[in-house]
Formats: sequence, structure tokens, C-alpha cells
Amino acid sequence: MSPRRGPAPRCRSRRPPAGLSKRATALVLGSLLLLGPTPDAAAQPAPRADVSRLDYRLQARHLGQGVHVVEGDNDDFSVANGCNIINTGFIVADEGVLVINTGPSRRYGEQLRALIARTTPRPVLQVVHLNLHPDYFLGNQAFADVPRLATAATREGIARESASYETNLYRLCGDWMKGTETLPPDRVLDVSAGRGKLAIGSRVVEWHLFRGHTASDLVLVDRSSGVAFAGGLVFHQRVPTTPHAELPAWMNSLQAFEQIGASQVVPSHGPVHSGTAGAAATLRFLRWLDESFARHAERGLEMNEVLRAPVPAEFTGWAAFRTEFVRNVAHLYPRYEAQALGTPRR
Amino acid sequence: MNRRRLLTTPLAALATWPAVAAGAKTDAFEGDPYKSHPWPDMRREFLGKGARVTFDARVVVQGPSFAEDPMNVPISVRVDPVLGPVRRIVVLVDRNPIRQVLSYEPAEALASIAFRFKLEQASPVRAAAQTRDGRWHVGGTWVDSAGGGCTASGATRKDGSWSRTLGEVSGRLFTPAPGETRLRLKVMHPMDTGLVSGIPAFYVNRLSVRDGNDRELARLQAFEPVSENPVFSFDFAAPPPGGVSIVGTDNNGNRIRSRLQ
Repeated sequence: MSPRRGPAPRCRSRRPPAGLSKRATALVLGSLLLLGPTPDAAAQPAPRADVSRLDYRLQARHLGQGVHVVEGDNDDFSVANGCNIINTGFIVADEGVLVINTGPSRRYGEQLRALIARTTPRPVLQVVHLNLHPDYFLGNQAFADVPRLATAATREGIARESASYETNLYRLCGDWMKGTETLPPDRVLDVSAGRGKLAIGSRVVEWHLFRGHTASDLVLVDRSSGVAFAGGLVFHQRVPTTPHAELPAWMNSLQAFEQIGASQVVPSHGPVHSGTAGAAATLRFLRWLDESFARHAERGLEMNEVLRAPVPAEFTGWAAFRTEFVRNVAHLYPRYEAQALGTPRR
Repeated sequence: MNRRRLLTTPLAALATWPAVAAGAKTDAFEGDPYKSHPWPDMRREFLGKGARVTFDARVVVQGPSFAEDPMNVPISVRVDPVLGPVRRIVVLVDRNPIRQVLSYEPAEALASIAFRFKLEQASPVRAAAQTRDGRWHVGGTWVDSAGGGCTASGATRKDGSWSRTLGEVSGRLFTPAPGETRLRLKVMHPMDTGLVSGIPAFYVNRLSVRDGNDRELARLQAFEPVSENPVFSFDFAAPPPGGVSIVGTDNNGNRIRSRLQ
């Protein structure tokens, strides 16, 4: 998930985080003013979190063979959802549990750990982080006693960006973030082979390395249940986030992902779905971004015109369109623009 | 939904503008639709003590609702042709430590400009367009931000690559729509604000757009808040005869000179 509604990684906010009450007031006033249907508002069910008790109300849904998904809201970061917009998961093996991503805050991590303990008496053996984005690791404080695994590139990325992630999520979600500090992954997953196997006791899951959403996108596949945890590679009914995206690599990765043959796919953002529907939709969106940005740049459009240019109805109906597309343009359009402007010279 | 959406909602604008017209004379905000405390001083400092000012929705300022990258906030200004010839467009940002972003004299060009700038915190972004009768017409937009745009150094300052590309220009004429002519150009420059410890202000301060006969078509004064490696868009009623070139300086006296097309 994109960490940023505001600062780029090199920017540091010097202001205290936004207060809850102010934001809540704005929410009420805002909803009074925007009575008409909005493209992404129609699709949003009520947030599952209980803001008054700072309870994420996490639930584990069993997908088969001990594989569980813990679903977040399909939305953008907000106080109302506690910044929980990610699907995390865990796999229960005979010897213990593998946890896939730890959520956006210390509190989330603690509630996830408690949920796992309610689901199975077996111990948590290992945590895996599928990429560097904040809601993949900011719950780590609740897993301080467990080995936490990530690729070298993801570990470097977390070291580089975690301070601005903490600041920004605190700004966006206030009290939900209390006490959250980065506890980085402490083990390296050697991914030089491109794919391999990860053991949870005697049980084995496959890992596949891709790139394009970030510099290192890990996908886990559990063959016994047919479930793939696709991380940030696949978005479903949700506009993809692009702060670290390389579109050509991402599009190639999605085509390769479609060949894995998973029967159920857990994307990090958007609903769990069967087959390649999410991958295909993500691919359609990325192709559209690529083609339309190139076309706009060749016509000499500036960013505000690109922000207001027509968008296919399929994409405006996806969750978080209003905010995420602004970010897509900010992240990616300058590259197309530079291409159209030609080589700088004196 | 939140505060910034509230402020940028057309409905909110509708609610605000009539109130402005009614109370303009006695209002401590001088009729400012954003009710911004710095505005009266800004008006005096940048537009003049006795400046005649109208808040005018025909000066259209567009920006994103929030600054995803506060170092590069895209702003476009377009003055409705019904206002007649425009002498100058001044872009001002209330909550920036350096409030004036640029001053543009369109001369032979159309009264519009687009660029990106560094935003320190959430703020109104305004464009004041002076018509031939001397009156200033002020439009604006609200941009939300997490902050930090002016007090962090840019990428090329951080990695030191700015010195290899300083003053290089890329750009050309475009046809955004049939019958329209736009010049877009990028000048390689760190555009240091002077607000980062140990790095003095260093920025492109003047740019002149000329036609193939070296006749000046438009003139721009830029200030510290303009983004690193700035990209500008200028619009023309027709393709300039003989192509365009760009001539300019930075505040250290470095020359910029490039023939674009």
C-alpha cells in the first residue's frame, strides 16, 4: 500500500499528527456537503474497526488447510479504518504458525497475535514480509520474539523509508498509531534463485520473487490449499499504489504470476478472489496508465490536465480512486513527461 | 472525506463566494474567501499598498486536492479571456515561508501558466492577474499537505548530480488540442530555497521566451519555491514564427540559453 497521502520519503513533517476530533468533525461536515454518490463511496461498506475502543475487530477467515486471511477494509488510510486496509494472513502447520505481514500499527500487531492465539494453540514460528510498505511491517513489535523474514531489498527499503512511514501514518490515523515504532525484519530470505520453498516445521510453502510494484515483490503459494498471497503485485477492485512502481517490470510480473495456477488469490488490497481475475484487472489498469500517460505527455498535457482527463468507468469505480490516482500521476507522470521533452542540453 | 475535500467542494465554494461579496469592505480578511490571516499583508507586500483587488473565479487555479509530493505540487493558472489582456500573473502561497512563487508577464503569450512548486504546509495557492486597468483579479485553490516541501533538499542536491546538469534545458512545442500551441520546457537546476541548513538560496530567477527573430514573447520571474528542475508550460494563440528559444539567469549569474525548436 502506498504510504503517502502527503510527504515524499525525503520530506519530514514537523507538525504534530492531526487530532482525532478535528478530523471527525471534518468527516461529518464533509459528508453533509457531499450528499451525491461519489465513484468510490458507493462501493464502501462501513469500516470494520471500532474507533472508540481502538479495536480493529480482526477476524480470521479459513481458506482451507490451515490457511487464514485477516481482511482489512478495501479503502484508503483513515481514522475510521485505523489505517487497516491490508489483508494479512497466517498458515497453521503442525508445529506452529507462519504469519504473512503484520499490519499498520503496533496495536494491529497485538490484535493479530491475539487473534492467532484464539484460533490455534500452536506457537508463532515465523513472520514473512512480502514488501517494504508500512502496513506490511509496522505491527512487528508484537512479534519481537519471532524471526522476521524479508528479502535484502525489502530490508534496505524499510531501513530507508520507515521514519517517514511512521510519521505519515501517525498523521493519518492518530491514536491508532500510539507506541508504533519500526522493528525491522531480522532475517534475510535469499531470493537469488527467483523461487524456492519456505518451511514451517514439516510443512512447505513456495515463494516466488517478482518486481515492479516495488523493487522486491514476494508471493507465497500454498499448494495444498491452492492459495496464493500475492502481496502488492495484485490489487482487486482497488486502485494500485505506485510509490515504488516500475510499470514495465510490474506488467511482466503479472503475466508470470498468472501462470502460477493459484485457485484462490489473497491480494494485499481488495477482496480475496479466485483465479487470475485480480491479476488481469491490475494488468488492465497498468496498461491503461502506461498508454494514457504516454499519450498525454506527447500532447503536452501538464499534471492538472492529466488529473482531470477521462478515466474508464471500470477504474473510477474501484476503491480509493480519488486519492490513489492523484498519487499515480504524481509518481509516474514525470517520467513520461521527461521522455516527451527530450534530452536536456545546453 | 475530510477537511480538504470540504474546502475544495464546489458547494463549499458556492457557500463562500456570495458572503464575500456582501462583507468585502468591512471584513478583516478583505473579502478573502479562504479567510486567511496572512492575506492582507501579502496583498500589501506583493500587489501594492493601494492595490485594487477583486476575488475572481475567472482566474482559474488548479492543483491537486493534496500534495502527494510536497516538493512537486503541480499548479496551473488560466485567466478567462473575457478579462481582457493580462499584464502580469503573480502566484502567492499564504503558508509558505517564501510566499511568492513566480511573476509572469505573458506579453505575446496567452494568460496561462503551469509549473510545480514546493509547498511547506497546507495552504491556499493564489494567482493574482493584473489587467490593463491596473486591477488585480485573484483566484485560488486549496492544497492540503503533510508538509516539509521547502525545508528539505532536492534529489540532485542530495546526490550532488546538479552540478553536471546545471542550466541544461529540454522542451518543445506541443499541440494539446487542435489549434492550440504550448511550449513545455524543463530547466535543470537545484532551486535551493536557502531554508536547508548550509545550502544558500540558489535558483533560476529570470526566463525569457523568444521567437525565431529573438523577439520576446513572454517573461518569467521565478523565486525559491519553484520546484527542482522546474517544468513550465506556456500557451500561445499560434505557433511562434521561426520556433522558440529560451534565455535566462539564476541568482548567481549563471546563464541559461537554449534553442528549442
